[in-house]
Amino acid sequence: MPHRVAVTGLGVISAIGHNCNDFWQSLKAGCAGIRPLESVDRSLLRFSSGAEVRDFTAARYFDEKELGLLDRFAQFGVIAAREAVAQAGISWTPSLRESTAIVTGSCVGGQTTEDEGFVNLYRNNIPRVNPFTIPRTMENAAASRISLETGVVGPTYTVSTACSSSNHAIGQAFWMVRNGAVEMAITGGSEAVFSLGFLKAWEAMRVVSPDTCRPFSKDRRGLILGEGAAMLVLEPLDRARARGLPILGEIVGFGMSSDAFHITQPSPDGAARAMRAALADASLPAEEIGYINAHGTATLANDATETAAIRKVFGEHANRLAVSSTKSMHGHTLGAAGAMEAAATLLALKHSVLPPTANFTEPDPACDLDVIPNTARAAEVQFALSNSFAFGGLNAVLVFRRAET
Amino acid sequence: MSYEELTARVRAVIAATQHVPPEKITADSTFQELGIDSLDGINILFAVESEFNINIPDDAAQNLRSVRDVIDGIAKLLEGGQGTQVTAGV
Repeated sequence: MPHRVAVTGLGVISAIGHNCNDFWQSLKAGCAGIRPLESVDRSLLRFSSGAEVRDFTAARYFDEKELGLLDRFAQFGVIAAREAVAQAGISWTPSLRESTAIVTGSCVGGQTTEDEGFVNLYRNNIPRVNPFTIPRTMENAAASRISLETGVVGPTYTVSTACSSSNHAIGQAFWMVRNGAVEMAITGGSEAVFSLGFLKAWEAMRVVSPDTCRPFSKDRRGLILGEGAAMLVLEPLDRARARGLPILGEIVGFGMSSDAFHITQPSPDGAARAMRAALADASLPAEEIGYINAHGTATLANDATETAAIRKVFGEHANRLAVSSTKSMHGHTLGAAGAMEAAATLLALKHSVLPPTANFTEPDPACDLDVIPNTARAAEVQFALSNSFAFGGLNAVLVFRRAET
Repeated sequence: MSYEELTARVRAVIAATQHVPPEKITADSTFQELGIDSLDGINILFAVESEFNINIPDDAAQNLRSVRDVIDGIAKLLEGGQGTQVTAGV
């Protein structure tokens, strides 16, 4: 008998809040964390904005020895996991540690560490690279550190599928809890994107906006990169109820697909297949969905394609759906995007407030959905989707349910 | 640099990037005819930027549909003072 899967802990660190509550207050206020970049020399780039985690003092969270081993992306992951685990009020026992999973997502791992090392090697002619470069850079660094801190010894791994990484990760963890393979899971994703080398690579892709992120808006000019992490604690609903904990929401479905179409251009068919698979996995008719947290990158291609995919799946019901892209506020955090948007979706269901698409100026006939422009909306929604569609054509969609009261 | 020379260099760059013989590419070829998709397009712009030592803004890059669009766009940037060791002329 499959378990219903409850979310009992949530942790976030982002450009719009260093914890879950601040993150939610910003989303609700439609307050974007997109500002002129501070971590790199903007004069070397065609774009100048990003959603950076500001006023972040790593030493408040880690001692010097730990910091030596942790890239910024892993720091974010651990910080979000600590918040989620604390909220879930877990009492660790040896048996629970054995039957808990950690599944994280990251697209580029510790690339800022790599970038620093290579600048020293190639430009500064320093022939030695920091011996911790490998453990700092590996994409499982956050998962491994969370395991070390919590003592969790169950299945622990990292999924890397570009911008779908953490939706894939959360989906794996959800399925493991649902089918009883583990008793609990810590899952989500983290990313730190702001190194000059990596930003130059994005510049060359010509998909980054020179000013801000305007998803679904006619004058959208591309995505805005962001950084941070979000982590969830999942456990069987019965177990969570027995522990007497407040339940933040449920995950009820997960669907995946591959476009097999183009390495960077999105396909409405692939996206639609993933949404349908998620609904089927949840045994839910499309008409039950009230809100979609869209992939909504604000590139010309994504938003029109995603709109077409939503119309394919939902038909007439698409006109009654509320859809927003919270990337307009926390930026596109790549491998952490799905996790951050899972947090946004769960909080939206819990608080009966749908976060807006910020920075919206002008409707686009190619994106003719109700995108909740600029102002959050009070709405009691039972079921919601969260979409992630990656470069490489890999799609992952989660279905959430509002906690029963 | 004459317009003809500019055209020849752009054709050569596109031919090299797309791995096709230069004679297959004319100034009037559209990207669609040449099977150039959006990802090929940014790769061509990257090669063109290196060839002429120019920076092509993203907004200008979005409206390129043919080889002539690329040639004219470069001519405009060179006239505007971008690039080195070239004097634009038609």
